[in-house]
Amino acid sequence: MAYSFLSILREGLTGNRGWKPVWREPEPKPHYDVVIVGGGGHGLATAWYLARNHGITNVAVVEKGYLGSGNIGRNTTIIRSNYLLPGNEPFYEQSLKLWEGLEQDINYNAMVSQRGVLNLCHSDAQRDAYARRGNAILMAGADAELLDREGVRTLCPFLNFDDERFPITGGLLQRRGGTVRHDAVAWGYARAADGRGVDLIQNCEVTGFRIENGRVKGVETTRGFIGAGKVGMAAAGRAGQVAAMAGLRLPIESHVLQAFVSEGLKPVIPGVITFGAGHFYVSQSDKGGLVFGGDIDMYNSYAQRGNLPVVQDVCEGAMAILPMLGRAKLLRSWGGIMDMSMDGSPIIDRTPVDGLFINCGWCYGGFKATPASGWCFAHLIATGEPHPNAAEMRLDRFDRGYAIDERGAGPQPNLH
Amino acid sequence: MRIPCPFCGPRMLEEFVYLGDAALMRRPAEGATCDYVFLRDNPAGRHRELWRHEGGCGAWLVVERDVTTHEIFGAALAEARDAG
Repeated sequence: MAYSFLSILREGLTGNRGWKPVWREPEPKPHYDVVIVGGGGHGLATAWYLARNHGITNVAVVEKGYLGSGNIGRNTTIIRSNYLLPGNEPFYEQSLKLWEGLEQDINYNAMVSQRGVLNLCHSDAQRDAYARRGNAILMAGADAELLDREGVRTLCPFLNFDDERFPITGGLLQRRGGTVRHDAVAWGYARAADGRGVDLIQNCEVTGFRIENGRVKGVETTRGFIGAGKVGMAAAGRAGQVAAMAGLRLPIESHVLQAFVSEGLKPVIPGVITFGAGHFYVSQSDKGGLVFGGDIDMYNSYAQRGNLPVVQDVCEGAMAILPMLGRAKLLRSWGGIMDMSMDGSPIIDRTPVDGLFINCGWCYGGFKATPASGWCFAHLIATGEPHPNAAEMRLDRFDRGYAIDERGAGPQPNLH
Repeated sequence: MRIPCPFCGPRMLEEFVYLGDAALMRRPAEGATCDYVFLRDNPAGRHRELWRHEGGCGAWLVVERDVTTHEIFGAALAEARDAG
């Protein structure tokens, strides 16, 4: 059923008895043209764009748990395209453009809200760096605006402008950035892909790859062998374990990132605000909770929960710029597992195994990338050639000396 | 997490700085430098890893920890024999 105002009206008047489950629960077929490993945002988006852009619909998405049970269901929902480097910025701008048309494209309300992303700066040097990044963003065709102190004050008068250590000297604003209802992204892509005939197979863990003569033939799963012409791995967080089954070692460490949400409040924060002197970012959900986070915990972890020192660090950042947050009660916190890559940038590439493709290394920026990641990964799987916007996100870029190191931190994953 | 420093006893996490897999102490073989610098085993389970007790005695430690539960099995001084 296509969703529209009329369908809501009709169902409302007839007791809401006509709503159907939004996707099927198919048994896996013996063979598919493409099998995607991982039913999260990126895997589901890949399946949708394979069908939409390339007409490939004999596709299965196999998921260990339930659809959207990984980081698409546990992130801080921010979308933006304010990157510096040419290997990244066109990709993220493509993603932001896709967000802008997503709801019409998949006929699903993902609550895309372009409420602006504001990065605060606290020194002259940082303001210069923001001017440079803003110019790079503009040159890539995206939007950026350098605000002075008064400009920030007009937008966010509640900030602590005169902190002794980190006075606010201005900010870099991307008005087209914002937030999206994250679960709805998974559900919307799942429903849209299912509508084109893609099989979404839940509770089906991949336990191995069948590889013959250097070519992938399918995946071994807890529900039996599933043959495949091509296989795409989109299992961020667990990318290392999945890739290891194909004999690959990745330039990735898995780390835990915590996020927090306060009790529901009346609207107080207009967009997304980030603290420039530490690592803290905050936005307000449509339910009113302040959603915020900061640094990863800094040590390898698959635990989906973190430790208290980072909680304290995040709250210190909050109190430095947003003292009013100290009056709000913390409702809950959670952790997600990040593929932290060696340069802080993702990987969308072929692998040494024919027909096997990899999508991983999203660090803690995977959510905003979901549409472009699906688009470019589908392009790679369908055509065998990288999409121009993801051409630098190669698995072998470290060997070749072409790291995309946005932060200039070197091969130390917990510093990106 | 509390890390049992061999010099200082069990100390809170804030005092320690993390570097990464203790396998980094073994120098790479000829021609394997890229793998050494950029690739990781990244196991989900027991992990031997390097921590420095920066807010305490300053010692480099090899800590064995389960990265799926954060349980710590022990910590020892990082010594030349770890470099193998």
